[in-house]
Amino acid sequence: MKITFIAADGSETRVDAAEGDSVMQAAVQNDVDGIIGECGGSMMCATCHCYVDDGWTEAVGGQQDGESDLLDCAASEVRASSRLSCQIRMRAELDGVVIHLPESQL
Amino acid sequence: MQRIVIIGTGQGGQQMAASLRQEGFQGEILMLGEEPGLPYQRPPLSKAYMANGNAAALLLKPASFYERSAIVLRDGVRATAIDRAAREVVTGDGARHPYDHLVIATGARNAPPPIPGLDAPGVVELRSLADAERIRRRLAATRHAVVVGGGFIGLEFAAMARAAGVAVTVVEAAPRLMSRALSPEMADWFLTLHREMGSQVLLDAPVAGVLAGADGRASGVVLADGREVSGDLVLMATGVRPNSELAEAAGLACANGILVDATLATADPAISALGDVAAFPGPLGRPLRLESVQAAVDHARHIARRLVGGASAPYAAVPWFWSDQGKAKLQIAGLLTGADRTVVLPQPEAAPVVLLFRGGHLAAVETVNAAGIHMAARRMIGCPLAQLEAHGFDLRAAMKAAA
Repeated sequence: MKITFIAADGSETRVDAAEGDSVMQAAVQNDVDGIIGECGGSMMCATCHCYVDDGWTEAVGGQQDGESDLLDCAASEVRASSRLSCQIRMRAELDGVVIHLPESQL
Repeated sequence: MQRIVIIGTGQGGQQMAASLRQEGFQGEILMLGEEPGLPYQRPPLSKAYMANGNAAALLLKPASFYERSAIVLRDGVRATAIDRAAREVVTGDGARHPYDHLVIATGARNAPPPIPGLDAPGVVELRSLADAERIRRRLAATRHAVVVGGGFIGLEFAAMARAAGVAVTVVEAAPRLMSRALSPEMADWFLTLHREMGSQVLLDAPVAGVLAGADGRASGVVLADGREVSGDLVLMATGVRPNSELAEAAGLACANGILVDATLATADPAISALGDVAAFPGPLGRPLRLESVQAAVDHARHIARRLVGGASAPYAAVPWFWSDQGKAKLQIAGLLTGADRTVVLPQPEAAPVVLLFRGGHLAAVETVNAAGIHMAARRMIGCPLAQLEAHGFDLRAAMKAAA
């Protein structure tokens, strides 16, 4: 399945992901700038912050337990569409999902 | 500065190379690593990787990152000497690699106790991906695992093995679990947790030797008091020792790690050290060596800013650690060394929040499954006790009031 990342400068990167992969993993494994994922997906660092595209927020769903606490410490502005990309697991309904990246993660 | 060489391709070495580019370094970067393959994350080896076996998911960056960033990675190569006079690193293949600056990021290796029988088949350790692969292959056929050492790695493995249906006995030489890293109050909570998960936990139980069956394979361990614990897999998880021999042979001062100053530089201005192998000035005035992803990564960023931007600020990042044991995510902010006062905040039907103070200031905070409190704690380390007391030790409230 596909994920489209749109960087803060508007540049787009389209990557392949497997079912069960997190959006963070897909970004890191495809060398997408703008996602760090320093803790490897352990919900320890808030360096994989992303904004879910308006058309996808319902399919992706809301923040998990503890996620908003980490987002409080994110480097860029936190919005209603903010998620930690390590907590978004790819599944069939998310094929084609569009993810916007913040200006900074640190 | 034209050419920076990094010895070590762990998370610290990888971050060093990446941070140099982020800071705008345009010269050559050479990474030398003894392990084969691209740099990968170690923390999941005792947890997620054991469950899913997905090695590709461990990679810190894909191969394309190193090409795109013009970082030359030489894996499977052992650095054998540092020639400080010539400013060259010598590798096992006889090649000499000149540097203008050298960063030593050689990490640490396991340090099993000197007991007989460690070479028996069935005795394993867990540090590298190769170790984890070996254990993973054996786990399906393992009925009873003996875990020697009740620290983070041993307990993470124990929880994972229990979840996989393996019987587990943990033997720990100290009177409590995770004794170097954790308060007695939190260690008690984890002792109960592991017993509830079905692990047998023996404290005050130093190991005297590994037992072998008629086929020569490990069949358990014998304790110093003569008790025998049987098992068909023996994991030695008894702590680590820094890989500082290379630095020591090159004449750099070492004492439980390579001694560096507050900017993470050695006495040789052309050499820095980071991560598990570096002993840097700690809060009590003694050299401090941390075994954590956070230290490796933050050290690397600090050195990169110094080398590229000329920054000379002392390193001052707040340490943090985590450990996933079954459903419990333990998080620690700060350092509990030298703590002289403990405040325990019991939580209904959950682990307590433990605040440790040193000289009237917040030194460390331990939480389980409480990300919000942990994140607040990282910002509040150093805060006066009275200020927290005024908020009933509610770290989030104190943080908001201070903001």
